[in-house]
Amino acid sequence: MSLDPATVRRIAALARIHVEEADIPRLQAELNGILGWIEQLDEVNVDGIEPLTAAATMVLKMREDVVTDGGYPDKILANAPDRAGDFYAVPKVVE
Amino acid sequence: MSLTALTITAARDGLRARHFSAEALTLAHLHAIEALNPRLNAYITVSHAKAVDQARAADAALAAGDTRPLLGIPLAIKDLFCTDGVRTTAGSNILRPFVPSYESTVTANLLRDGAVFLGKTNMDEFAMGSSNMTSAYGPVENPWKRRQDAEAVLVPGGSSGGSAAAVAARLALGGTGTDTGGSIRQPASFCGIVGMKPSYGRCSRWGVVAFASSLDHPGPFARTVQDTAILLRSMAGHDPMDSTSADIPVPDYEAACGRDIRGLRIGVPREYRVAGMQNEIEALWQQGLTWLRDAGAEIVDVSLPHTKYALPAYYIIAPAEASSNLARYDGVRFGLRADGEDLRDLYERTRAAGFGREVQRRVLIGTYVLSAGYYDAYYLRAQKVRALILRDFTEGFAHVDALLAPTAPSAAFAQGDNMDDPVQMYLNDVFTGPADLAGVPAMSVPAGLDANGLPLGLQVIGKPFDEETVFAVGAALERAAAFDVSPALLAGR
Repeated sequence: MSLDPATVRRIAALARIHVEEADIPRLQAELNGILGWIEQLDEVNVDGIEPLTAAATMVLKMREDVVTDGGYPDKILANAPDRAGDFYAVPKVVE
Repeated sequence: MSLTALTITAARDGLRARHFSAEALTLAHLHAIEALNPRLNAYITVSHAKAVDQARAADAALAAGDTRPLLGIPLAIKDLFCTDGVRTTAGSNILRPFVPSYESTVTANLLRDGAVFLGKTNMDEFAMGSSNMTSAYGPVENPWKRRQDAEAVLVPGGSSGGSAAAVAARLALGGTGTDTGGSIRQPASFCGIVGMKPSYGRCSRWGVVAFASSLDHPGPFARTVQDTAILLRSMAGHDPMDSTSADIPVPDYEAACGRDIRGLRIGVPREYRVAGMQNEIEALWQQGLTWLRDAGAEIVDVSLPHTKYALPAYYIIAPAEASSNLARYDGVRFGLRADGEDLRDLYERTRAAGFGREVQRRVLIGTYVLSAGYYDAYYLRAQKVRALILRDFTEGFAHVDALLAPTAPSAAFAQGDNMDDPVQMYLNDVFTGPADLAGVPAMSVPAGLDANGLPLGLQVIGKPFDEETVFAVGAALERAAAFDVSPALLAGR
Protein backbone atom coordinates (compact mmCIF):
# COMPACT_ATOMS: atom_id res chain seq x y z
CA MET A 1 0.00 0.00 0.00
CA SER A 2 1.35 3.39 -0.94
CA LEU A 3 0.01 6.67 0.40
CA ASP A 4 -1.08 9.34 -2.08
CA PRO A 5 -1.09 13.06 -1.23
CA ALA A 6 -4.81 13.02 -0.46
CA THR A 7 -4.30 10.23 2.10
CA VAL A 8 -1.43 12.14 3.74
CA ARG A 9 -3.74 15.15 4.08
CA ARG A 10 -6.52 12.97 5.48
CA ILE A 11 -4.22 11.37 8.09
CA ALA A 12 -2.87 14.77 9.13
CA ALA A 13 -6.43 16.01 9.55
CA LEU A 14 -7.32 12.94 11.65
CA ALA A 15 -4.19 13.52 13.76
CA ARG A 16 -5.04 17.25 14.10
CA ILE A 17 -1.66 18.35 12.80
CA HIS A 18 -1.51 21.30 10.43
CA VAL A 19 0.63 20.44 7.41
CA GLU A 20 1.71 23.01 4.86
CA GLU A 21 0.99 21.99 1.26
CA ALA A 22 4.69 22.33 0.46
CA ASP A 23 5.54 19.66 3.06
CA ILE A 24 3.19 17.01 1.64
CA PRO A 25 5.70 15.48 -0.84
CA ARG A 26 8.39 15.10 1.85
CA LEU A 27 5.93 13.55 4.32
CA GLN A 28 4.53 11.28 1.63
CA ALA A 29 8.02 9.99 0.80
CA GLU A 30 8.97 9.49 4.47
CA LEU A 31 5.74 7.74 5.41
CA ASN A 32 5.88 5.49 2.34
CA GLY A 33 9.49 4.61 3.19
CA ILE A 34 8.46 3.55 6.69
CA LEU A 35 5.34 1.67 5.54
CA GLY A 36 7.26 -0.10 2.78
CA TRP A 37 9.74 -1.37 5.36
CA ILE A 38 6.99 -2.40 7.77
CA GLU A 39 5.24 -4.48 5.12
CA GLN A 40 7.78 -7.29 5.52
CA LEU A 41 5.45 -8.38 8.34
CA ASP A 42 3.23 -9.80 5.59
CA GLU A 43 5.73 -12.68 5.30
CA VAL A 44 4.92 -13.91 8.81
CA ASN A 45 2.37 -16.67 9.23
CA VAL A 46 0.14 -15.46 12.07
CA ASP A 47 -2.69 -17.97 11.59
CA GLY A 48 -4.21 -18.92 14.91
CA ILE A 49 -2.02 -16.51 16.89
CA GLU A 50 -3.77 -14.39 19.53
CA PRO A 51 -2.69 -10.73 19.43
CA LEU A 52 -0.54 -9.65 22.38
CA THR A 53 -1.57 -6.30 23.80
CA ALA A 54 1.12 -6.16 26.47
CA ALA A 55 4.00 -8.28 27.66
CA ALA A 56 2.76 -8.25 31.23
CA THR A 57 0.86 -11.47 31.74
CA MET A 58 -0.56 -10.30 35.05
CA VAL A 59 -4.22 -10.03 35.93
CA LEU A 60 -5.30 -6.42 36.33
CA LYS A 61 -6.24 -5.61 39.91
CA MET A 62 -9.70 -4.56 40.98
CA ARG A 63 -10.34 -1.98 43.69
CA GLU A 64 -13.33 -0.41 45.38
CA ASP A 65 -15.05 2.13 43.14
CA VAL A 66 -14.50 5.06 45.49
CA VAL A 67 -12.84 8.46 45.28
CA THR A 68 -9.21 8.13 46.42
CA ASP A 69 -7.77 11.41 45.25
CA GLY A 70 -8.60 15.05 44.66
CA GLY A 71 -9.44 18.20 46.59
CA TYR A 72 -6.61 20.36 45.27
CA PRO A 73 -7.94 22.60 42.48
CA ASP A 74 -4.92 24.92 42.65
CA LYS A 75 -2.56 22.07 41.81
CA ILE A 76 -4.81 20.88 39.00
CA LEU A 77 -5.04 24.39 37.56
CA ALA A 78 -1.38 25.25 38.09
CA ASN A 79 -0.59 24.74 34.39
CA ALA A 80 -3.81 26.20 32.99
CA PRO A 81 -3.20 28.99 30.48
CA ASP A 82 -6.08 30.87 32.10
CA ARG A 83 -8.60 30.25 34.88
CA ALA A 84 -11.84 31.62 36.22
CA GLY A 85 -12.22 30.69 39.88
CA ASP A 86 -11.77 26.93 40.14
CA PHE A 87 -12.37 26.41 36.42
CA TYR A 88 -10.24 26.31 33.31
CA ALA A 89 -10.85 29.34 31.11
CA VAL A 90 -10.38 28.18 27.52
CA PRO A 91 -11.05 29.53 24.03
CA LYS A 92 -14.61 29.04 22.86
CA VAL A 93 -14.94 25.32 22.11
CA VAL A 94 -18.65 25.17 21.23
CA GLU A 95 -19.59 26.86 18.00
CA MET B 1 40.20 11.26 44.15
CA SER B 2 37.74 13.82 42.86
CA LEU B 3 34.28 13.43 44.38
CA THR B 4 32.73 13.25 40.90
CA ALA B 5 34.84 10.18 40.08
CA LEU B 6 33.34 8.06 42.86
CA THR B 7 30.99 5.16 42.33
CA ILE B 8 27.66 5.27 44.14
CA THR B 9 28.92 2.42 46.33
CA ALA B 10 32.07 4.34 47.32
CA ALA B 11 30.15 7.61 47.80
CA ARG B 12 27.68 5.84 50.07
CA ASP B 13 30.51 4.48 52.20
CA GLY B 14 32.33 7.83 52.25
CA LEU B 15 29.19 9.68 53.31
CA ARG B 16 28.41 7.21 56.08
CA ALA B 17 31.99 7.41 57.35
CA ARG B 18 31.71 11.24 57.18
CA HIS B 19 34.83 11.46 54.98
CA PHE B 20 32.99 14.19 53.08
CA SER B 21 29.57 15.79 53.30
CA ALA B 22 26.62 15.28 50.99
CA GLU B 23 26.73 19.04 50.37
CA ALA B 24 30.35 18.83 49.18
CA LEU B 25 29.47 15.86 46.96
CA THR B 26 26.52 17.70 45.41
CA LEU B 27 28.46 20.96 44.99
CA ALA B 28 31.28 19.10 43.23
CA HIS B 29 28.73 17.84 40.72
CA LEU B 30 27.02 21.22 40.33
CA HIS B 31 30.41 22.82 39.62
CA ALA B 32 31.18 20.10 37.08
CA ILE B 33 27.83 20.76 35.41
CA GLU B 34 28.56 24.51 35.34
CA ALA B 35 31.88 23.82 33.65
CA LEU B 36 30.90 21.14 31.14
CA ASN B 37 27.15 21.35 30.52
CA PRO B 38 27.31 24.45 28.29
CA ARG B 39 29.22 22.21 25.88
CA LEU B 40 27.57 18.81 26.41
CA ASN B 41 23.98 20.08 26.82
CA ALA B 42 23.21 16.97 28.86
CA TYR B 43 20.93 18.82 31.26
CA ILE B 44 17.93 20.87 30.12
CA THR B 45 17.26 22.15 33.65
CA VAL B 46 19.71 22.27 36.56
CA SER B 47 17.98 22.51 39.95
CA HIS B 48 20.90 24.02 41.84
CA ALA B 49 19.11 25.43 44.91
CA LYS B 50 16.86 22.41 45.36
CA ALA B 51 19.82 20.01 45.07
CA VAL B 52 21.79 21.91 47.72
CA ASP B 53 18.75 21.87 50.05
CA GLN B 54 18.36 18.11 49.53
CA ALA B 55 22.07 17.57 50.19
CA ARG B 56 21.95 19.60 53.42
CA ALA B 57 18.94 17.59 54.56
CA ALA B 58 20.91 14.43 53.77
CA ASP B 59 23.83 15.67 55.90
CA ALA B 60 21.49 16.27 58.84
CA ALA B 61 20.04 12.78 58.41
CA LEU B 62 23.49 11.19 58.09
CA ALA B 63 24.58 12.93 61.29
CA ALA B 64 21.56 11.35 62.99
CA GLY B 65 22.62 7.88 61.87
CA ASP B 66 20.13 7.53 58.99
CA THR B 67 21.16 4.69 56.64
CA ARG B 68 18.75 5.04 53.72
CA PRO B 69 20.37 3.49 50.62
CA LEU B 70 20.72 6.65 48.48
CA LEU B 71 21.14 9.27 51.19
CA GLY B 72 23.05 12.21 49.67
CA ILE B 73 23.66 10.53 46.27
CA PRO B 74 23.39 13.08 43.40
CA LEU B 75 21.47 11.82 40.37
CA ALA B 76 20.43 12.99 36.88
CA ILE B 77 16.74 12.58 36.04
CA LYS B 78 15.54 12.15 32.47
CA ASP B 79 13.18 14.99 31.61
CA LEU B 80 10.37 12.47 31.02
CA PHE B 81 9.83 11.90 34.78
CA CYS B 82 7.46 14.43 36.31
CA THR B 83 9.15 16.21 39.21
CA ASP B 84 7.11 18.28 41.65
CA GLY B 85 7.84 21.98 41.09
CA VAL B 86 10.60 21.34 38.52
CA ARG B 87 9.83 21.89 34.83
CA THR B 88 9.34 18.69 32.84
CA THR B 89 9.54 19.07 29.06
CA ALA B 90 9.83 15.53 27.59
CA GLY B 91 12.28 17.23 25.20
CA SER B 92 9.33 18.89 23.45
CA ASN B 93 8.28 22.44 22.74
CA ILE B 94 4.70 21.51 23.53
CA LEU B 95 5.65 21.00 27.21
CA ARG B 96 8.06 23.97 27.37
CA PRO B 97 5.97 25.75 30.03
CA PHE B 98 4.96 22.61 31.99
CA VAL B 99 5.78 22.45 35.72
CA PRO B 100 4.21 19.36 37.32
CA SER B 101 2.59 19.66 40.73
CA TYR B 102 3.30 16.00 41.45
CA GLU B 103 6.20 13.56 41.57
CA SER B 104 6.46 10.39 39.45
CA THR B 105 6.47 7.18 41.50
CA VAL B 106 10.00 6.25 40.42
CA THR B 107 11.48 9.63 41.38
CA ALA B 108 9.41 9.66 44.59
CA ASN B 109 10.96 6.26 45.45
CA LEU B 110 14.46 7.68 44.85
CA LEU B 111 13.68 10.71 47.04
CA ARG B 112 12.23 8.42 49.73
CA ASP B 113 15.62 6.69 49.82
CA GLY B 114 17.47 10.00 50.21
CA ALA B 115 18.67 10.81 46.67
CA VAL B 116 19.61 14.33 45.55
CA PHE B 117 18.35 15.46 42.10
CA LEU B 118 20.83 17.63 40.21
CA GLY B 119 18.44 18.37 37.36
CA LYS B 120 16.52 17.14 34.35
CA THR B 121 18.35 15.63 31.42
CA ASN B 122 18.03 16.11 27.70
CA MET B 123 16.35 13.49 25.54
CA ASP B 124 14.85 12.84 22.14
CA GLU B 125 11.43 14.48 21.95
CA PHE B 126 8.88 12.28 23.76
CA ALA B 127 11.63 9.60 23.84
CA MET B 128 11.35 9.09 20.07
CA GLY B 129 14.85 8.73 18.71
CA SER B 130 18.22 7.01 18.92
CA SER B 131 20.54 10.03 18.82
CA ASN B 132 19.10 12.80 21.02
CA MET B 133 18.93 14.83 17.79
CA THR B 134 15.13 15.23 17.95
CA SER B 135 15.20 17.21 21.21
CA ALA B 136 13.65 20.68 21.05
CA TYR B 137 16.42 21.75 23.46
CA GLY B 138 19.32 21.00 21.14
CA PRO B 139 21.55 17.96 20.63
CA VAL B 140 23.77 16.41 23.31
CA GLU B 141 27.48 15.93 22.74
CA ASN B 142 28.84 12.49 23.61
CA PRO B 143 31.85 13.00 25.94
CA TRP B 144 33.75 10.27 24.01
CA LYS B 145 35.95 11.25 21.03
CA ARG B 146 37.26 9.25 18.08
CA ARG B 147 41.02 8.71 18.20
CA GLN B 148 41.42 9.47 14.51
CA ASP B 149 38.85 12.24 14.16
CA ALA B 150 38.77 13.94 17.55
CA GLU B 151 36.98 17.00 16.17
CA ALA B 152 33.85 15.04 15.23
CA VAL B 153 30.94 15.65 17.59
CA LEU B 154 29.30 12.29 18.32
CA VAL B 155 25.79 11.57 19.53
CA PRO B 156 25.26 10.01 22.98
CA GLY B 157 22.55 7.74 21.58
CA GLY B 158 18.94 8.09 22.57
CA SER B 159 16.43 8.64 23.64
CA SER B 160 17.94 8.91 27.15
CA GLY B 161 21.07 10.60 25.74
CA GLY B 162 21.33 13.36 28.35
CA SER B 163 21.33 10.99 31.32
CA ALA B 164 23.88 8.69 29.65
CA ALA B 165 26.22 11.58 28.72
CA ALA B 166 25.87 13.11 32.20
CA VAL B 167 26.79 9.86 33.98
CA ALA B 168 29.67 9.16 31.56
CA ALA B 169 31.13 12.67 31.91
CA ARG B 170 30.79 12.53 35.73
CA LEU B 171 28.06 15.15 35.90
CA ALA B 172 26.09 12.73 38.12
CA LEU B 173 26.81 9.47 39.96
CA GLY B 174 23.82 7.79 38.33
CA GLY B 175 20.63 8.60 36.51
CA THR B 176 17.23 7.53 35.29
CA GLY B 177 16.12 6.69 31.78
CA THR B 178 13.28 4.99 29.98
CA ASP B 179 13.56 2.22 27.42
CA THR B 180 10.77 1.72 24.87
CA GLY B 181 12.81 0.30 21.97
CA GLY B 182 16.35 0.57 23.36
CA SER B 183 16.46 4.07 24.87
CA ILE B 184 18.43 3.04 27.98
CA ARG B 185 20.69 0.31 26.57
CA GLN B 186 21.78 1.96 23.29
CA PRO B 187 22.91 5.26 24.94
CA ALA B 188 24.61 3.24 27.71
CA SER B 189 26.57 1.39 25.00
CA PHE B 190 27.40 4.64 23.14
CA CYS B 191 28.60 6.35 26.34
CA GLY B 192 30.52 3.46 27.93
CA ILE B 193 28.31 3.05 31.01
CA VAL B 194 25.85 0.49 32.41
CA GLY B 195 22.14 0.78 31.58
CA MET B 196 19.43 -1.55 32.85
CA LYS B 197 15.96 -2.04 31.42
CA PRO B 198 14.07 -4.09 34.01
CA SER B 199 11.04 -6.30 33.29
CA TYR B 200 7.85 -4.58 32.18
CA GLY B 201 5.92 -3.76 35.37
CA ARG B 202 8.99 -3.69 37.64
CA CYS B 203 9.17 0.13 37.74
CA SER B 204 5.97 2.13 37.83
CA ARG B 205 5.10 4.27 34.81
CA TRP B 206 2.98 6.63 36.91
CA GLY B 207 4.12 10.22 36.37
CA VAL B 208 6.35 9.28 33.42
CA VAL B 209 5.23 11.17 30.32
CA ALA B 210 3.71 8.40 28.17
CA PHE B 211 5.14 7.45 24.78
CA ALA B 212 4.01 3.84 24.15
CA SER B 213 2.38 2.57 27.34
CA SER B 214 2.77 -1.17 26.70
CA LEU B 215 6.48 -0.71 25.95
CA ASP B 216 7.72 2.07 28.27
CA HIS B 217 10.21 0.74 30.86
CA PRO B 218 11.81 3.13 33.40
CA GLY B 219 15.29 2.03 34.53
CA PRO B 220 18.67 3.20 35.85
CA PHE B 221 22.09 4.25 34.48
CA ALA B 222 25.34 4.14 36.43
CA ARG B 223 29.06 3.55 35.88
CA THR B 224 29.09 0.06 37.46
CA VAL B 225 26.74 -2.90 37.52
CA GLN B 226 26.55 -2.77 41.32
CA ASP B 227 25.61 0.94 41.28
CA THR B 228 22.87 0.18 38.75
CA ALA B 229 21.61 -2.57 41.09
CA ILE B 230 21.46 -0.12 44.00
CA LEU B 231 19.43 2.35 41.92
CA LEU B 232 17.01 -0.23 40.53
CA ARG B 233 16.20 -1.57 43.98
CA SER B 234 15.07 1.91 45.01
CA MET B 235 13.22 2.69 41.76
CA ALA B 236 11.30 -0.60 41.57
CA GLY B 237 8.26 -1.76 43.47
CA HIS B 238 4.51 -2.18 43.23
CA ASP B 239 2.46 0.96 42.66
CA PRO B 240 -1.34 0.95 42.82
CA MET B 241 -1.31 4.04 40.56
CA ASP B 242 -0.05 1.95 37.61
CA SER B 243 -2.38 -0.92 36.76
CA THR B 244 0.47 -2.76 35.00
CA SER B 245 2.81 -2.49 37.99
CA ALA B 246 3.87 -5.93 39.23
CA ASP B 247 2.86 -6.77 42.79
CA ILE B 248 5.85 -8.96 43.57
CA PRO B 249 8.71 -8.39 46.03
CA VAL B 250 11.84 -6.51 44.87
CA PRO B 251 14.92 -8.66 45.53
CA ASP B 252 18.31 -7.42 46.74
CA TYR B 253 19.92 -6.79 43.34
CA GLU B 254 23.19 -5.68 44.90
CA ALA B 255 23.57 -9.12 46.47
CA ALA B 256 22.81 -10.73 43.08
CA CYS B 257 25.85 -8.96 41.57
CA GLY B 258 28.11 -11.20 43.65
CA ARG B 259 26.48 -14.47 42.61
CA ASP B 260 28.57 -17.19 41.08
CA ILE B 261 27.62 -17.84 37.46
CA ARG B 262 29.19 -21.32 37.33
CA GLY B 263 26.75 -23.74 35.76
CA LEU B 264 24.50 -21.03 34.27
CA ARG B 265 23.43 -21.69 30.70
CA ILE B 266 23.97 -18.64 28.47
CA GLY B 267 22.18 -18.62 25.12
CA VAL B 268 23.58 -17.17 21.91
CA PRO B 269 20.60 -16.11 19.78
CA ARG B 270 21.75 -17.03 16.29
CA GLU B 271 19.34 -14.62 14.55
CA TYR B 272 21.18 -11.69 16.17
CA ARG B 273 24.11 -12.51 13.89
CA VAL B 274 22.70 -10.19 11.21
CA ALA B 275 24.10 -9.72 7.74
CA GLY B 276 26.67 -6.96 7.62
CA MET B 277 27.47 -7.02 11.32
CA GLN B 278 30.68 -5.09 11.95
CA ASN B 279 33.66 -7.39 12.56
CA GLU B 280 34.62 -5.73 15.82
CA ILE B 281 31.08 -6.12 17.19
CA GLU B 282 31.13 -9.80 16.24
CA ALA B 283 34.59 -10.17 17.83
CA LEU B 284 33.49 -8.48 21.06
CA TRP B 285 30.45 -10.76 21.23
CA GLN B 286 32.70 -13.82 20.90
CA GLN B 287 35.02 -12.34 23.55
CA GLY B 288 32.05 -11.92 25.89
CA LEU B 289 31.06 -15.55 25.39
CA THR B 290 34.64 -16.63 26.14
CA TRP B 291 34.64 -14.55 29.33
CA LEU B 292 31.42 -16.15 30.51
CA ARG B 293 32.67 -19.65 29.59
CA ASP B 294 35.86 -18.96 31.55
CA ALA B 295 33.72 -17.90 34.51
CA GLY B 296 32.08 -21.31 34.43
CA ALA B 297 28.96 -20.73 32.33
CA GLU B 298 27.85 -23.10 29.62
CA ILE B 299 27.31 -21.51 26.20
CA VAL B 300 24.30 -22.78 24.25
CA ASP B 301 23.10 -21.92 20.76
CA VAL B 302 19.44 -20.80 20.70
CA SER B 303 17.03 -19.68 18.00
CA LEU B 304 14.67 -16.70 18.23
CA PRO B 305 13.22 -17.07 14.74
CA HIS B 306 11.06 -13.91 14.62
CA THR B 307 13.84 -11.49 15.63
CA LYS B 308 13.96 -9.73 12.26
CA TYR B 309 10.27 -8.85 12.53
CA ALA B 310 10.61 -7.17 15.93
CA LEU B 311 11.47 -3.69 14.64
CA PRO B 312 8.78 -3.51 11.92
CA ALA B 313 6.23 -4.67 14.52
CA TYR B 314 7.60 -2.12 16.97
CA TYR B 315 7.19 0.67 14.39
CA ILE B 316 3.47 -0.11 14.17
CA ILE B 317 2.74 -0.69 17.86
CA ALA B 318 4.79 2.19 19.32
CA PRO B 319 3.47 4.89 16.92
CA ALA B 320 -0.08 3.57 17.37
CA GLU B 321 0.16 3.94 21.14
CA ALA B 322 1.96 7.28 20.77
CA SER B 323 -0.72 8.72 18.50
CA SER B 324 -3.27 7.90 21.19
CA ASN B 325 -1.15 9.07 24.15
CA LEU B 326 -0.17 12.34 22.47
CA ALA B 327 -3.77 13.23 21.62
CA ARG B 328 -3.89 15.00 25.00
CA TYR B 329 -1.58 17.78 23.76
CA ASP B 330 -4.18 20.02 22.20
CA GLY B 331 -3.23 23.45 23.54
CA VAL B 332 -6.36 23.82 25.66
CA ARG B 333 -5.62 22.99 29.31
CA PHE B 334 -1.84 23.01 29.55
CA GLY B 335 1.32 23.28 27.50
CA LEU B 336 1.96 25.34 24.40
CA ARG B 337 -0.94 26.96 22.55
CA ALA B 338 -0.92 28.45 19.06
CA ASP B 339 -3.78 30.68 17.99
CA GLY B 340 -6.22 29.44 15.37
CA GLU B 341 -9.20 30.67 13.40
CA ASP B 342 -11.45 28.17 15.15
CA LEU B 343 -11.06 25.32 17.62
CA ARG B 344 -9.91 22.79 15.04
CA ASP B 345 -7.38 25.23 13.65
CA LEU B 346 -6.13 25.91 17.19
CA TYR B 347 -5.56 22.17 17.71
CA GLU B 348 -3.84 21.71 14.37
CA ARG B 349 -1.57 24.76 14.65
CA THR B 350 -0.71 23.99 18.29
CA ARG B 351 0.36 20.46 17.39
CA ALA B 352 2.23 21.60 14.27
CA ALA B 353 4.16 24.18 16.31
CA GLY B 354 4.61 22.01 19.41
CA PHE B 355 5.72 18.70 17.89
CA GLY B 356 8.98 18.24 16.00
CA ARG B 357 9.32 16.33 12.74
CA GLU B 358 9.99 12.87 14.18
CA VAL B 359 7.07 13.10 16.61
CA GLN B 360 4.79 14.27 13.80
CA ARG B 361 5.90 11.37 11.60
CA ARG B 362 5.16 8.84 14.31
CA VAL B 363 1.79 10.35 15.20
CA LEU B 364 0.88 10.23 11.49
CA ILE B 365 2.03 6.59 11.13
CA GLY B 366 0.14 5.67 14.30
CA THR B 367 -2.99 7.44 13.12
CA TYR B 368 -2.80 5.64 9.77
CA VAL B 369 -2.29 2.12 11.15
CA LEU B 370 -5.21 2.60 13.55
CA SER B 371 -7.54 4.16 10.96
CA ALA B 372 -10.63 2.42 9.60
CA GLY B 373 -9.73 -0.21 7.03
CA TYR B 374 -6.07 -0.55 8.02
CA TYR B 375 -6.33 -1.64 11.67
CA ASP B 376 -6.35 -5.38 10.94
CA ALA B 377 -3.68 -5.26 8.24
CA TYR B 378 -1.21 -3.31 10.37
CA TYR B 379 -2.00 -3.04 14.06
CA LEU B 380 -3.62 -6.42 14.66
CA ARG B 381 -0.96 -8.21 12.59
CA ALA B 382 1.81 -6.42 14.53
CA GLN B 383 0.28 -7.54 17.83
CA LYS B 384 0.24 -11.14 16.57
CA VAL B 385 3.90 -10.85 15.55
CA ARG B 386 4.57 -9.47 19.04
CA ALA B 387 3.00 -12.64 20.47
CA LEU B 388 5.39 -14.71 18.32
CA ILE B 389 8.38 -12.70 19.57
CA LEU B 390 7.37 -13.32 23.19
CA ARG B 391 6.91 -17.02 22.33
CA ASP B 392 10.46 -17.09 20.90
CA PHE B 393 11.83 -15.81 24.22
CA THR B 394 9.65 -18.16 26.28
CA GLU B 395 10.80 -21.18 24.28
CA GLY B 396 14.42 -20.00 24.34
CA PHE B 397 14.38 -19.51 28.11
CA ALA B 398 13.20 -23.10 28.54
CA HIS B 399 16.78 -24.08 27.68
CA VAL B 400 18.92 -21.19 28.99
CA ASP B 401 19.15 -18.85 32.00
CA ALA B 402 20.10 -15.71 30.06
CA LEU B 403 21.11 -14.56 26.58
CA LEU B 404 24.18 -12.63 25.45
CA ALA B 405 24.11 -10.33 22.41
CA PRO B 406 25.56 -7.03 21.24
CA THR B 407 23.68 -3.94 22.46
CA ALA B 408 23.86 -1.82 19.30
CA PRO B 409 24.98 -2.42 15.70
CA SER B 410 27.69 0.28 15.88
CA ALA B 411 29.60 2.60 18.18
CA ALA B 412 28.41 6.21 18.60
CA PHE B 413 27.98 7.97 15.26
CA ALA B 414 28.43 11.65 14.43
CA GLN B 415 25.73 14.28 14.86
CA GLY B 416 23.91 14.53 11.55
CA ASP B 417 24.52 10.91 10.51
CA ASN B 418 21.50 8.65 9.88
CA MET B 419 19.26 11.72 9.64
CA ASP B 420 18.19 11.49 5.98
CA ASP B 421 16.27 8.24 6.21
CA PRO B 422 14.07 7.55 9.27
CA VAL B 423 14.31 3.76 8.76
CA GLN B 424 18.13 3.92 8.90
CA MET B 425 17.88 5.58 12.33
CA TYR B 426 15.28 3.02 13.49
CA LEU B 427 17.72 0.16 12.74
CA ASN B 428 19.82 1.26 15.75
CA ASP B 429 17.33 -0.67 17.87
CA VAL B 430 17.73 -3.97 16.00
CA PHE B 431 19.19 -5.78 19.04
CA THR B 432 17.27 -3.94 21.76
CA GLY B 433 13.69 -3.79 20.43
CA PRO B 434 12.81 -7.48 20.91
CA ALA B 435 13.30 -7.34 24.73
CA ASP B 436 10.93 -4.36 24.93
CA LEU B 437 8.23 -6.14 22.93
CA ALA B 438 8.60 -9.20 25.19
CA GLY B 439 8.95 -7.16 28.41
CA VAL B 440 12.00 -9.15 29.55
CA PRO B 441 14.87 -7.54 31.52
CA ALA B 442 18.04 -6.58 29.65
CA MET B 443 21.22 -4.72 30.56
CA SER B 444 24.06 -3.16 28.57
CA VAL B 445 27.55 -3.46 30.06
CA PRO B 446 30.59 -1.65 28.60
CA ALA B 447 32.84 -4.42 27.30
CA GLY B 448 35.47 -2.92 25.03
CA LEU B 449 36.54 -0.25 22.55
CA ASP B 450 36.29 -0.16 18.77
CA ALA B 451 39.29 0.59 16.55
CA ASN B 452 38.61 4.31 17.00
CA GLY B 453 38.61 4.15 20.80
CA LEU B 454 34.85 4.34 21.22
CA PRO B 455 33.01 2.17 23.77
CA LEU B 456 30.91 -0.85 22.80
CA GLY B 457 28.41 -2.58 25.05
CA LEU B 458 27.29 -6.16 25.39
CA GLN B 459 23.73 -6.98 26.31
CA VAL B 460 22.50 -9.56 28.83
CA ILE B 461 18.83 -10.51 28.42
CA GLY B 462 17.02 -12.42 31.18
CA LYS B 463 13.77 -14.18 31.98
CA PRO B 464 10.76 -12.09 33.04
CA PHE B 465 11.35 -10.72 36.56
CA ASP B 466 14.71 -12.49 36.84
CA GLU B 467 16.77 -9.31 36.98
CA GLU B 468 18.97 -11.05 39.54
CA THR B 469 20.48 -13.40 36.95
CA VAL B 470 20.98 -10.44 34.59
CA PHE B 471 22.88 -8.61 37.34
CA ALA B 472 24.96 -11.72 38.12
CA VAL B 473 25.93 -12.23 34.47
CA GLY B 474 26.43 -8.48 33.91
CA ALA B 475 28.75 -8.28 36.92
CA ALA B 476 30.74 -11.29 35.66
CA LEU B 477 31.15 -9.60 32.27
CA GLU B 478 32.20 -6.38 33.98
CA ARG B 479 34.86 -8.17 36.05
CA ALA B 480 36.24 -9.95 32.99
CA ALA B 481 36.18 -6.89 30.72
CA ALA B 482 37.84 -4.70 33.37
CA PHE B 483 36.68 -1.70 31.35
CA ASP B 484 38.47 1.28 32.93
CA VAL B 485 38.74 3.77 30.05
CA SER B 486 37.32 7.26 30.55
CA PRO B 487 35.80 9.56 27.94
CA ALA B 488 37.82 12.52 26.60
CA LEU B 489 35.50 15.12 28.11
CA LEU B 490 35.36 14.64 31.82
CA ALA B 491 34.46 16.74 34.82
CA GLY B 492 37.55 17.84 36.69
CA ARG B 493 39.84 17.64 33.70
